[in-house]
Amino acid sequence: MSVADFAFYVFAVTTLAGGLFTVVSRNPVHSVLWLILAFISAAGLFILLGAEFVAMLLVIVYVGAVAVLFLFVVMMLDVDFAELKGEMVQYMPLGLLIGVIILLELGMAIGVWQFADLAPELRQAVAPDPQEVQNTAALGRLIYDDYILLFQMAGLVLLVAMIGAIVLTLRHRPNIKRQDVLAQMYRDPAKALELKDVKPGQGL
Amino acid sequence: MAEFLTTPLGIFVLIVAQSLLIIAFVMISLLFLVYGDRKIWAAVQLRRGPNVVGAWGLLQSVADALKYVLKEVVIPAGADKVVFIMAPLVSFVLAITAWAVIPFNEGWVLADINVAILFIFAISSLEVYGVIMGGWASNSKYPFLGSLRSAAQMVSYEVSIGLIIIGVILSTGSLNLSDIVAAQKGDWGLLNWYWIPQFPMVFLFFISALAETNRPPFDLPEAESELVAGYQVEYSSTPFLLYMAGEYIAIFLMCALITLLFFGGWLSPIPGIPDGVLWMIGKMAFFFFIFAMVKAITPRYRYDQLMRIGWKVFLPLSLAWVVFVAFAAQFGWFWGAYARWTVGG
Repeated sequence: MSVADFAFYVFAVTTLAGGLFTVVSRNPVHSVLWLILAFISAAGLFILLGAEFVAMLLVIVYVGAVAVLFLFVVMMLDVDFAELKGEMVQYMPLGLLIGVIILLELGMAIGVWQFADLAPELRQAVAPDPQEVQNTAALGRLIYDDYILLFQMAGLVLLVAMIGAIVLTLRHRPNIKRQDVLAQMYRDPAKALELKDVKPGQGL
Repeated sequence: MAEFLTTPLGIFVLIVAQSLLIIAFVMISLLFLVYGDRKIWAAVQLRRGPNVVGAWGLLQSVADALKYVLKEVVIPAGADKVVFIMAPLVSFVLAITAWAVIPFNEGWVLADINVAILFIFAISSLEVYGVIMGGWASNSKYPFLGSLRSAAQMVSYEVSIGLIIIGVILSTGSLNLSDIVAAQKGDWGLLNWYWIPQFPMVFLFFISALAETNRPPFDLPEAESELVAGYQVEYSSTPFLLYMAGEYIAIFLMCALITLLFFGGWLSPIPGIPDGVLWMIGKMAFFFFIFAMVKAITPRYRYDQLMRIGWKVFLPLSLAWVVFVAFAAQFGWFWGAYARWTVGG
C-alpha cells in the first residue's frame, strides 16, 4: 500500500464517519462539527485527485463560510430534545412511507436505465497532466473562456436569490432610534461641550 | 546518507525534520514576540515592562509559559468537555499549519504548492472555529457573546483580505508565494515591490489583518471592559496558553504575509546588497513592531463601527481595486507595473 493509498483510506473513512455522526449525533452543534470534519476530509480526497484548487475552495467556501453560518444558527436554537423525540415517533410512519416510495421509484428508474454508447469512453477521458497545466489556470480557462455566459448567469441567479431574501425580511420601522454615522463623525468639542466657570459655593 | 534521503522513509524523516525546524523557529520567535509586545507597550506608556527574569527580562515569556503549564486545568461543570479541550488545540494547530507554505528564502519552503496563498486563506478561515467552539463549549454568557462577535468579525474581514490578495494574484499571475516574491524582483530594489503599485491596499490589508487576528483596536471578542475576556473567560493554564500562542502565531503569520505580498519577502531593499533570509525576518519583525504600536496607541472601536468599516468601506474599496488592477494589468498601464506575470512568475 503506497502512501497515497493509505491517505485515501484515511480520508475516505473519515469522510464517511463524519457523515454518519452528522446524522446520528444527538447534539446539533456536534452534528455541525462532524459535518465540518466530513468537508475537510473531502477536501483531502480532492487533493489526492490532483484538484488542489477545488480542494482549497471547498475548505474556504463550505467550511470557512457556509458551516460557520450553520453553526451560528444551530447554536442560537434552543432545541428541546425530549419534545423533538416525542414528535419523531408521531411522524415516523409517514416518514417511513415516503422513504419507501422514493426508494421504489429510484429502483424502478435505475432498473430501466440505458447507458449511451459514448458514456464509458467519456468516463475514461484522461485529465490533463498537472505538470503541464496548473488546475487553477485550466479551470479559469474553462470557466471564463468557454462557459463565461453560463457562469455569469449562475452568479446573477444567486444575486437575485440574495436580493429576494433581503427584500422579504427587510422591514422599515420608523419609530426606532438609529445612529447617524456622519453626524457622529462631524461632532466636535465646540458643539458638544460647554465650559462653565463655577464659583465655589454658588453652583450653577 | 544522501542515498537514504531519497527513499520513502528518508523523505518522511526529512519532512518531519523540516517541520520541526519551522515549529522551533515559530515557537522561539513566539517567546520573544510576546516579550517584545509587552516591552513596546510598556515603553509607550512610560513603564519599564518585564525586567526581572533574565537579563532585561528576556526570559519572562519562558517563566510565564512554565507557569501556565504547571497550573491546574479547570473545566467548568456545565462545559462540553471534549469540545472545550479541542477548541484551543484547533486554534493552536491551525495557526502553526499555515507556516508550512511560507517561504523564508529562495527555495526555503516546506511545501512549495501551487495554491499556497489559497492554502493560507483556507487555514485562516478555519481558525474561527477555535474561537466559536471555545465560546460555545464554555456554556456561559460572556464567552458565547465573545465567540459570536469574533466569528462575525473574522468572516467579515476575510472578505476584504481575500479581495486584496486577488489584486496581488492578478498582478503576479500565480498563487505561489515564491512566484509572488519573484515578481517583485527588479533593478530598483524597494521601488520594485508591490507596495507602490498596490499602495492603498497595504493599509487596507494591515487593518484587515488587525481585525482578522482580533488585535486592538479590534479586540472586541475579548473586550475586557464589556465581556471580561470574551471567549477565553473559562480557560486557564495550558488551554489558555494554547489560545494565546495561537493568537500570536496568527499575528506573526500576518506579518509574514504582508512582507511576502507587498514588501518583497527576502529581497534586499537596496540594489547591490545580497538578498537573504535576514531581510525576511527583519521585515517580519518590523511589521510586528507596527502591530504592537497600534495596540499601544489606538483606543478600541465600537462593534457597529467595526462592522461598518468592514462591509461599507473596505469591501467596496477592495472590490473596486480588483477591477482597477484587472484593467491595469490587462492593458499594461503605468509601464506594466501591474502586469508582472511577463516579468517574473
